[in-house]
Amino acid sequence: MKKDEIPQDSGRLEEKNMKELCYAVDESGKYATGLSTGWEAKNIALDVTMENLNQQIEEAKQDAIKGIKSPIYYFMLLNRMDLSVLAGYVGKPRWIVKRHFKPKVFKRLKNSTLNKYAEIFEVDVNTIKNFNE
Amino acid sequence: MNKIDFIHHQSAHCENGVASNILKFNGIDINEPMLFGIGSGLFYICIPFLKVNQAPAISYRPMPGFIFSRASKRLNIKIKRERFSTIDKSFDALDRNIDQGIATGLQVGVYHLPYFPDEYRFHFNAHNLVVYGKEGNNYLISDPVMETTSVLTREELAKVRFAKGVFAPKGHMYYPVEIPTEIDLPKAIIGGIKKTTSEMLAPVPFVGANGIKFVAKKIPGWAKKVGVKKTNHYLAQIIRMQEEIGTGGGGFRFIYAAFLQQSGELLNKPEFLDFSQQMTVIGDDWRDFALKASRICKHRDNDTNAYENLSEMMLKIAAKEKQFFKDLKKSI
Repeated sequence: MKKDEIPQDSGRLEEKNMKELCYAVDESGKYATGLSTGWEAKNIALDVTMENLNQQIEEAKQDAIKGIKSPIYYFMLLNRMDLSVLAGYVGKPRWIVKRHFKPKVFKRLKNSTLNKYAEIFEVDVNTIKNFNE
Repeated sequence: MNKIDFIHHQSAHCENGVASNILKFNGIDINEPMLFGIGSGLFYICIPFLKVNQAPAISYRPMPGFIFSRASKRLNIKIKRERFSTIDKSFDALDRNIDQGIATGLQVGVYHLPYFPDEYRFHFNAHNLVVYGKEGNNYLISDPVMETTSVLTREELAKVRFAKGVFAPKGHMYYPVEIPTEIDLPKAIIGGIKKTTSEMLAPVPFVGANGIKFVAKKIPGWAKKVGVKKTNHYLAQIIRMQEEIGTGGGGFRFIYAAFLQQSGELLNKPEFLDFSQQMTVIGDDWRDFALKASRICKHRDNDTNAYENLSEMMLKIAAKEKQFFKDLKKSI
């Protein structure tokens, strides 16, 4: 990559006015650094990833409304977590957290457990509790 | 207020950046590419059967922490690493270091970092930054991928230091405790290159140049096996691992080329300048690959030829890298 080829496409870093450092060759053939605002190829890759994620979140929301899965599953995806990350935050084994995705098990959860989830997802406990209402 | 006289340099990759900035603070003038090369940062691996972000686990660099620990070993620098069971203990130790004027590296999770753009906030726990001071409840932060320094409250810093999931940092902090007066840079450079060549030529099907070939051969099969949508998701993850912030572009290949150029001048080895140029071409090939892959993702055409072509592009890179590291190995 030549220094004047460092991509300056409008990118997702702009939101926080960020620029990233790249290594490229200058006119004399020497390596130098330069800043990039973003690159089309990366924007597409990130868009594909976000689209997939948002679709999964939407499906999880519908499942929670229909009572197929508990709202815990929806909030997990909304916070971009997977089972092992969530289990880490809850401090319980994965299989226990996975059980909480079942609406039947979810209904019987203790308040203290629900409060813990509310704290992790940074929402009011009633938002989780009364998700279907 | 307690502020350490620490100079922030922006870098492409967080681990190189923290390591290089901390070494500079301690009087050892080593920049990012040099640290990356000595720490044998160039790598390729595809871990079969393991999925990350619902896509095959592919990495263009070694395990988090490896680069700095390899580099410090080759430079004879002793690094102290500490992990903590509670938040309070971790901050007592950090405050103690600040009081003693020690610029301290921290391993943190990215998700709760407030200065990151939303789309970059994932539960990735192997990010690195330096704490270089404290003002009341605020900590002064030098995050090497940022242009300037930042500030985090104790609560914000606690959240990222105790992020959970894979590579959970558990408050991990590190700083040099023993710095040698003389540094044998040529020896460290050769040691670093040797390790990289042996890893990139490893006789294992999913590591190094073989690993690139392994993934390249899989691409056409994905479309048939998991469908176009998932294949495009896989490709998007490959592009991100290769080009995202931290890589310096081209899957770290440009940083490595910069390292080879610097080493060639330092060791008076003109052949290294030639290797550097070759590595730049390989980096450009990777970028062409990323651009083509991204266009396939966007147009969502299910033309199987597109995946065949992409696979061929990657096979060529694999062959080039194999030859490159064979030649590099012979030259040292």
